[in-house]
Amino acid sequence: MSTIPGLERPGPVPNDLTGPFWDACNERRLVLQNCTVCQRMHYPPTQRCDQCGSADNFEWKEVEGKGHIDVYMVIRDSRIRGFRSAQPINFAVITLDEDPGINFLSNLPGTPPGEVPVGAPVELIFEETSTGQLVHEWRVVT
Amino acid sequence: MRLQEGTGLWEHRGKVAVVGWGQSHIDRRWDGVTLDRSCGGLTKEACLKAIADAGLSLDDIDGLITSPETRAEQTWAPRPYFDPPYDTEDGLTYASAEWIERELGLKNIQYRVSDAPYIGPMMGQAAQAVGDGRCETALVWYPMVNLAGRYGHNNPANNSEEAPGPSAFTLPWGYQSGAMFNNLVIFQQYCKKYGTSHDGLADLCLNLRRNGLMTPWSYYALHEPYQLTREDYLNGRVIEEPLVIYDCDRPVNTCAAFIFTTAERAKDLRQKPIYVLNHAQTGGRGRSTMSTLEEHQEAVASLARRMWEGSGLGPDDVDVFNPYDGYLTFTQQFLEGFQWHGVKLGEAHDFYADDIRVEGPHPFMSSGGNNGTGRTRACLFSDSLEQLRGTAGPRQVTVRAETALAGCNTPDSNGFIMFSKSPD
Ligand SMILES: [Zn+2]
Repeated sequence: MSTIPGLERPGPVPNDLTGPFWDACNERRLVLQNCTVCQRMHYPPTQRCDQCGSADNFEWKEVEGKGHIDVYMVIRDSRIRGFRSAQPINFAVITLDEDPGINFLSNLPGTPPGEVPVGAPVELIFEETSTGQLVHEWRVVT
Repeated sequence: MRLQEGTGLWEHRGKVAVVGWGQSHIDRRWDGVTLDRSCGGLTKEACLKAIADAGLSLDDIDGLITSPETRAEQTWAPRPYFDPPYDTEDGLTYASAEWIERELGLKNIQYRVSDAPYIGPMMGQAAQAVGDGRCETALVWYPMVNLAGRYGHNNPANNSEEAPGPSAFTLPWGYQSGAMFNNLVIFQQYCKKYGTSHDGLADLCLNLRRNGLMTPWSYYALHEPYQLTREDYLNGRVIEEPLVIYDCDRPVNTCAAFIFTTAERAKDLRQKPIYVLNHAQTGGRGRSTMSTLEEHQEAVASLARRMWEGSGLGPDDVDVFNPYDGYLTFTQQFLEGFQWHGVKLGEAHDFYADDIRVEGPHPFMSSGGNNGTGRTRACLFSDSLEQLRGTAGPRQVTVRAETALAGCNTPDSNGFIMFSKSPD
C-alpha cells in the first residue's frame, strides 16, 4: 500500500495505449512516449504527436526520474473514497527536469501536509495501489 | 462550434436576437417528491415564463434546444418512479426536447436538439441554428439538478478501486475535476508568478454575493438573504487548500430558458430585441497532465481574438461582462484575457480591490455570478439581457449598457456570446 497513512489509491487500468507504461511502472521504471520524428516526449500517453502530428513513430523512452515541485495544494475534503481516509494530503505538480513541459501529480510521501518546499528537487519512487499496480510517485530529495 | 481564428465577421452578426427569458423557482435540492420542482417541472415553468416574456404563443416555437448536462451526479436509483410523465429519468433529472414538446403540447417543432453541451456553447449553438435557418424561433433551456447527498460522493468513479481510461493518470493522486483541481493548480501558478495570494479573491467573493442578493430570484435572495463578511471569506472552511467553501459555487435545483429568433421576427415582439453579434468556443487540453497558466492564458487570448474578430468589437466596446465563476479561481483569466477595463495579466486582484460595485465605474459581473445566485450558470446570460434591456433593477449598472459579453465554463473549455442593443 501507500506509505501515506490511510491512503488507498485507485489502481490504474492499463489499455492498449497505456499498457507498456504501466508494465514499466511495475518494473519500477518510468518510461514516456517519445516521437522519433521530432524527439518530443509525451505524458500522459497519446495517440498522436502534438508537435509533428505523426501517429506511428513513438518509442518508449526511460527517463531519469528527477524533477522539481512547481506548485501544490492540500486536499482536505476529497470526493474520492480512498483519499477521504487520508486527508489532509498534499497534492503537488512535479515538472520533469529532462523536459519541464511534462508534469506529474504527486502526494509527496514523506512531506507533512502543507509543509511543501515549492521549488525543491524530487526523485522518483513507486507506490502500490488498491489493485497491486504500482504507480510513479515523487519524494523530496533530502 | 466556432474555434478558428481568421474567419472574419460572424455571418449572422446582428441577424439573430434573444427576445425572451424565463427563470424557474430555485431550491438547494429537489426533495424527491414535489413534481413541480423536479427537473421537468422546473423546466416547464422556465419555458412558459420565457415564452410569455417574449409575448409569443406556444405555436410560435419551432425549435427546441437543451443540454442533458444537468450535473445530477447523485443518481438515486434504484427508486420508485411516479405516474407519467414522471415515470423515467427524463422529466425527473433531465428534460429532453421530446419531453417538453409533449408536455407543453408544442405543435410546430421542426428542429430538436437534446444533446447540446453545457450552456456556454449551447447559447452559441442556438444562435447559429436560428441564423442558419434550422428554425425561426428556438426555445432553449438549461436545467441544473441537485439531489440529496454530498456532491460527487455517490459518483461511482469516486468510489471505485480502479482508475480506467485517462483517469489512470490523475485519479490515483486524488485529482477530481479539471474545473476544480487543474484551475486551482493554475491559480497557484498565477499567485507564484505575480506575487498575489488567495486573499486577493475576497473582494470578488463579497461583491458577487452582494449582486446576488440584488437578484430577486437567486438562491441567496430567497433562502440565505445575508451578506458575507471579509472574515467569513478569509476563515471559510477549506476544501482543497487554499480553496475555501466560498470559492465554490453552490449546486442548486433550477432551470432557465431563453428564446432566440431572427432579427426580422424580433421586430414586433414584446421585448426590445437583444441582438447576437458573435459567438465563439474553446475546446482542448494542455500538453501534459495539468494544463498550465501559460496554456490557459493563451487559450483565453485566442478566444478574445476570435470574439473581437467575429463581433467587430474590441475590449473598449464591452459594457457588461459576465464570465464564469464556478470556482472563483479562474474568473481572473477571463478578465485579463479580454482586457476588460484595461486589466492586464497579473492585475486582476488589484482590480477586484478597486470599485467593482454595480453602482461604480467597473461593474464586473453584475450578475452576481454563480457564487452570488447559486450554480445556475444561466445567470451570466440573463443578467446580460436584463442590463441591456434596462430591467436589472437594483443591479442596473450606471455605466453605458449597450453591449454585453457572457460565457462559461473554464479557460480551456467554454462558449461565449456577444449581445448588443443594436444589430449594427
Ligand atoms: Zn513528433
